[in-house]
Amino acid sequence: MSGLEDLYREIILDHYRSPRNRGELPVPPATRSDGFNPLCGDEIVVYLQLDDPSKGDDALIDDIRIGGQGCSISQSSASMMSAAVKGHTVAEARHLTRAFKAMMSIHEGELGGDGSESELSGDDSGDVGTIALGDLDALKGVVKFPVRIKCATLGWNTLLQGFDETAD
Amino acid sequence: MAAGVVRPVADLEPLDAARIKADFPILARPAGGSRLVFLDSAASSQRPTAVGEAIDRYYAEDHANVHRAAYALAERATNAMESGRRRVASFVGGSSAEEIVFTKNATESLNLVARSWGAANLRPGDVVVLSLMEHHANIVPWLQLAESHGVELRWLGLTPEGRLDLSGIDEALDGASLLSITGMSNVLGTVPPVAELAERAHAAGALVCVDACQSAPHTITRVVDLGADFLAFSGHKLCGPTGVGVLWARTELLESMPPFLGGGGMILDVRTDGFTPAAVPHKFEAGTPPIAEIVGLAAAIDYLEDIGLDRIAAHEHMLTEYALETLPARFGDDLTIFGPANAEHRGGIVSFAFADIHPHDLSQVLDTHGVCVRPGHHCAKPLMRVLGVGATARASWYLYNDTDDIDALADALADARSFFAI
Ligand SMILES: Cc1ncc(COP(=O)(O)O)c(C=O)c1O
Repeated sequence: MSGLEDLYREIILDHYRSPRNRGELPVPPATRSDGFNPLCGDEIVVYLQLDDPSKGDDALIDDIRIGGQGCSISQSSASMMSAAVKGHTVAEARHLTRAFKAMMSIHEGELGGDGSESELSGDDSGDVGTIALGDLDALKGVVKFPVRIKCATLGWNTLLQGFDETAD
Repeated sequence: MAAGVVRPVADLEPLDAARIKADFPILARPAGGSRLVFLDSAASSQRPTAVGEAIDRYYAEDHANVHRAAYALAERATNAMESGRRRVASFVGGSSAEEIVFTKNATESLNLVARSWGAANLRPGDVVVLSLMEHHANIVPWLQLAESHGVELRWLGLTPEGRLDLSGIDEALDGASLLSITGMSNVLGTVPPVAELAERAHAAGALVCVDACQSAPHTITRVVDLGADFLAFSGHKLCGPTGVGVLWARTELLESMPPFLGGGGMILDVRTDGFTPAAVPHKFEAGTPPIAEIVGLAAAIDYLEDIGLDRIAAHEHMLTEYALETLPARFGDDLTIFGPANAEHRGGIVSFAFADIHPHDLSQVLDTHGVCVRPGHHCAKPLMRVLGVGATARASWYLYNDTDDIDALADALADARSFFAI
């Protein structure tokens, strides 16, 4: 069915049906950020609990919860994101976000390409530890469906927004 | 009967869908290995060959900038545009071409009403009445006016079935300055009883603005019968080109209103210390107008009226009845249709939820069958909140659709259900 299996990989549907870290955290001490995709009405809410916000990028993500509603791509991407960043530092999560967004945009100019490996590892890793993309790799098929890229990145942009808000 | 639509007249000759499809070459294009099943005309319709031909002919034979030139070519261009204006005036049953202001779309037309008439006439505490099924184009300009001028907005609600709730109408209109209401919901297909509402609004001393974006393409529009003081629509939803919209308003209203945008074409005189605006409607048409698009719009109106808007309405009504009968019969509880369950007072737009599949995912799967439906909030977020959903899938039809298209939608839905295997 023309590429649909690439988009809706089993692991994506699994995260959609059984989202990880779904729910809320008490605010404060947690922070809440809201992301919207104005085109389709999808919403993601990210609750973040850092061990010590004053540590900035060195703070540890003690807990994260995801709320909102939307399509399988936006919801599964946020679910996978929450599982990937929990227990890691803000710096590591930022790095993963960059890697994920690179994967989402790398083929944008050459759609219909073979979706070959992107340069996810060894780019600007510097001295921050890296988190493996793991399950997130399953979202690679989204780049063949350009209108869905915004669905996939919604949760991540909301996470970054959350980091910026805790920094204030 | 105030709704003005959807009562099919029994003795109208039915449309020959195959012949009409042939006028729309895009419908013959393959789509993902299937034929194109275009069910998104509520967002923008397709264009018949005649419209493109009229635009090409205009550019090949008559194009120059309009007005302000003595040579014959510019006069032909001006004539083409002004005859388009007369064409549009007769299309809405207006009494003169001066009542027609060309804009770039209905959104601009509604903003013109808010920014010009609204800003000049409304004071803090003055009331504008809207319904909860308006498109953002008929909400945001009024919210802006609420912010800038302290205007109070009142909202007409909906019945559980998705019709306009008329129970609080007199309280809502009490002391109101304007009722601005859709001629047909772009989400539910609901056709409110505009003429009846206008009568009550006028009795309460309010003017009436009709957002005819979804009604004008599908039914005969008569501003006098509707009781409209303003009426807005877009060319691209009625087989015309993008880039041209219409505001119809009564001449004395237009004359009383200050200009909206300033620039060339809308002035009589400009000095260093001020300007004198041109007469209506040119006062509201700053800059070079969409001349070719106006020519295309006139050709689209010719095309639709040659077929007959009453026949088009009857055809769409038949399709709506067919869809409201066959889809629930086939899918039972997996299908939730929002809005009125029968085709009375309802146009050819059906929004639905299906088998717990998010509309975005659903339309992605339908697309692999060449079936185009639109997922999302359809620029009607207040309505989405009333419905308690973030998004719906929406199918909408027009004169070139037939029952095969609705069957194709049904087959694609069945496939989506098995793809997501719920
Ligand atoms: C009811 C209604 N009003 C206004 C609009 C805005 O039309 P446009 O985008 O052409 O300005 C639309 C189009 O979606 C509509 O359906």
